[in-house]
Amino acid sequence: MARAYETVIGLEVHAQLRTETKLFCGCATAYGAPPNTQVCPVCLGLPGALPVPNAHAMELAAIAGLALGCDVRSESRFDRKNYFYPDLSKGYQISQFEHPLNLGGQLTFAVGDAEKTVRLTRIHVEEDAAKNLHGAGGGTATVVDFNRGGTPLIEIVSEPDLRSAAEAEAYLRKLRDILMFMGVNDGNLEEGSFRCDANVSVRPAGQEEFGTRTEIKNINSFKFVRQAIEYEASRQVSVIEGGGRVVQETRGWNDVTGKTVSQRSKEDAHDYRYFPDPDLPPTVFSQERIDELRRTAPKLPEQLRAEWTAQWGLTAYDAEVLTGHPAIARYFVAVAEALDAGGKEPRAEAGKRAANFIQAEVLRDVKTSGLDATFSVPVAGVADLLGRVQAGSLTGKQGKQVFAEMASSGEGAEAVITRLGVQAPISDTGALEADIRAIIAANPAQHEQYKAGKTKVLGFFVGQIMRATKGAADPATVNELLERLLQE
Amino acid sequence: MTQSSPAPGVIATAEAVRRGERSAEHVTTEHLARAASLRGLNALLHVDEERALQAARRVDARRAEGKTLGRLAGVPVVLKDNLCVTGVPTTCASRILEGYRPPYDADCVERLVAEDAVILAKANMDEFAMGSSNENSAFGPVKNPWDPSRAPGGSSGGSAAATAASIGAVALGTDTGGSVRQPGAFCGVVAIKPTYGRLSRYGVIAFASSLDQVGTMTRSVRDGARVLGVLAGHDRRDATSATEPVPDYEAACELPVKGTRVGVMRAALDQVEDPDVRASFAAAEASLRDAGCDVVDIELPHAHHGVSVYYLVATAEASSNLARFDGMRFGLRVAGEDLLSTYERTRAQGFGPEVQRRIMLGTYALSSGYYDAFYIKAQKVRTLMIKDYQQAFERCDAVLSPTAPTPAFGLGEKTGDPLAMYLADIFTLPPSLAGLPAMHVPVGLGSTSGLPVGVQITTPAFTEGRMLQLGSALEARSGYVCAPPGMDVGGAS
Repeated sequence: MARAYETVIGLEVHAQLRTETKLFCGCATAYGAPPNTQVCPVCLGLPGALPVPNAHAMELAAIAGLALGCDVRSESRFDRKNYFYPDLSKGYQISQFEHPLNLGGQLTFAVGDAEKTVRLTRIHVEEDAAKNLHGAGGGTATVVDFNRGGTPLIEIVSEPDLRSAAEAEAYLRKLRDILMFMGVNDGNLEEGSFRCDANVSVRPAGQEEFGTRTEIKNINSFKFVRQAIEYEASRQVSVIEGGGRVVQETRGWNDVTGKTVSQRSKEDAHDYRYFPDPDLPPTVFSQERIDELRRTAPKLPEQLRAEWTAQWGLTAYDAEVLTGHPAIARYFVAVAEALDAGGKEPRAEAGKRAANFIQAEVLRDVKTSGLDATFSVPVAGVADLLGRVQAGSLTGKQGKQVFAEMASSGEGAEAVITRLGVQAPISDTGALEADIRAIIAANPAQHEQYKAGKTKVLGFFVGQIMRATKGAADPATVNELLERLLQE
Repeated sequence: MTQSSPAPGVIATAEAVRRGERSAEHVTTEHLARAASLRGLNALLHVDEERALQAARRVDARRAEGKTLGRLAGVPVVLKDNLCVTGVPTTCASRILEGYRPPYDADCVERLVAEDAVILAKANMDEFAMGSSNENSAFGPVKNPWDPSRAPGGSSGGSAAATAASIGAVALGTDTGGSVRQPGAFCGVVAIKPTYGRLSRYGVIAFASSLDQVGTMTRSVRDGARVLGVLAGHDRRDATSATEPVPDYEAACELPVKGTRVGVMRAALDQVEDPDVRASFAAAEASLRDAGCDVVDIELPHAHHGVSVYYLVATAEASSNLARFDGMRFGLRVAGEDLLSTYERTRAQGFGPEVQRRIMLGTYALSSGYYDAFYIKAQKVRTLMIKDYQQAFERCDAVLSPTAPTPAFGLGEKTGDPLAMYLADIFTLPPSLAGLPAMHVPVGLGSTSGLPVGVQITTPAFTEGRMLQLGSALEARSGYVCAPPGMDVGGAS
């Protein structure tokens, strides 16, 4: 290749809003229901049925706009996008075209060690199409499942500010993270609730104007986004290097062949004949309502991290790990708050202990699926356990043992402690001193070794004492006493 | 011509059934018999006798149980065939919907049934409510009860004819650009188009969503007021449905009109050529003056753009609204070799010529490159028309105009010239585009044509009460009785 090329990428992300019901009717949006069981005259587009906007969906879309620094419009409007396809019940899709809810905005994210900011064009609200199932039942027929039809989506349109597949992936991950933390989207790529179209073009390095772009439709995994953009950029470079011209068209990603394939050329592009949907009056958000949403919206991961390092004594690393998933973040805050409510230690201590324990013990077996996460021990159980450790009725080591038992048996701390006969740590030096003296007396050979300078035998004595006290002795106290008594 | 007597109307029937003087079943049987004997009018597309009788018997049973009956107890209702009724064939007089039975009721149907009305039949209409003569029905034209060689008007021609001929005590139509008022004028019945948003459009098969309103057709103003009172009100299933409180429309009919300022567009009137229309308007104006109204001259400078604006806005919306009739999920499907040809064949065979013409026109008006010049321009003029009315209503309380430029014209007379046909709606279009309530009130029979003639009253949004008040005063002074010759039913009850 003679010249160096730069890839220019803009992304259109479709994210499903987390509502119980569809955008324009009361049908459920639950994933995986038997086909056509979550439908009504409205989402089936039956004659005479009318759309009524889902207020919650509009609020979630506004919250997404607020989180991404958009100008949330006090008046937005739905338009009809007209085209024929069997998955489109009404012959048009209700979307926002001329007056979207959110304008502008930006997203800053890390790519490797660098930081990158991508401008957003807009975030608009629209309904999802239904799903065509080709060759259902082994035949040649295509049938349609309308369960998904009418599901509320936001489309997040970026400016062509991305310059590599890696940037695109980092952008998408960050975007997904934010939407999940805002409770706007469940981030479930497998179920298609977060998917994207990529507009890709290449241009010789240093050239101002953009090359001809192609659009790769409906990519639903981070890996495929990266692969598709890389493939498409190199394909376009080969076309140009071969003396050809890139054709503006819509392409699809085939994850089996690892290639993009032409779907529709610009010549067959639809004239969507957008016009304001006469069934829907403009959506109006007062400035007060927008301010209220801003006040009450969930916090962004970076806000949480800043708060946690300042208030809960967390390191940047701890905060990063604990904001890996919104459910984990909530779990951490709940445990820290519970410990803090005990009031026996500084707030930062409570936060630090909660953070350490969660990272060391709890995260081991957390399972996440979209926005859901399953914890082996509920917040109250962990808070209770850590409270006992703090109060000194369990050693840290006992705490871990009890936790493991709670996680596997589902019992509470009290039940596990009783069942296993875990003894409270002995920190009464008088009682311990007697035990230690007895053990030293019973092991004169090791005592001699210690006196001869072999300090390694200290471990032997600690082990003996712990065994004698069934692990209930406080190790720090034991060490201190041993060192003194062995010197005698 | 011998004067006939109409059958008892909405209020007379409902009160008689409530008092137990007549049974709903008896009323229904009579009207069903009448529907059968007047089959030649082709006013109805579907009559389900058994269903109607069952509904009537339920009303009678409720009375027998001592329950208080609703405001429309036992009142036989005819519904335009674009109103959805669960399980009842609903075709919009189109082949493309043949065999379709909706799985739900329109809001207005629910409200009628809740007041113990009896759904008698579905009325013939212009296909998808597109037309001014009811000659665009896939199931043949309706005949005007006053003269079977004439059109009943459109698109609610079947509803108008059924009301005039006393097949139903009331018929519901829909009015997009005059589709209850113009057939009301042709058939000599009271036709009310309420303010846009006053009635729910839920379950009304859409033609042009920003204009469509359900309207009533009755043989008296007070009957219309009662039905309007039943139908009006907010429906959360229609985002354009108004939340304004519903006043007592029947009481409004009783109020004196003295001092009401009535606006007249003198310049537009001068262009009306038909002598009967001119005479009826003059008579109406005189009788309102007589009743103490002040007549003031007003101008609606953009009203003459009504036809152009309407045929851009309405067809644009229709081209989109009718996209769902694609042969995929209900109604007609004509299979082709592939998806596109299935769409094309289904729609080519399913839709009649006028519907196809309007879909093409609307598609064109919305297409990229023409959108600004046509659709946007039309919306701007529409806004000017709304402002015209706002200014006019600073000078008057109501606007009086003819309803149609002529009495009922002959069947086939204008079918070859769509543009001439579109002009039949010239007076009804401006109030529709402005979303205002408007009604047709018959005032008599034309001395030249011998056919019913009357006037249109338009008032500001949500002032149906004032409109009915004026309509009632006009009706009282006109002495008009809706009784097409040879259709005497007065003795049968």
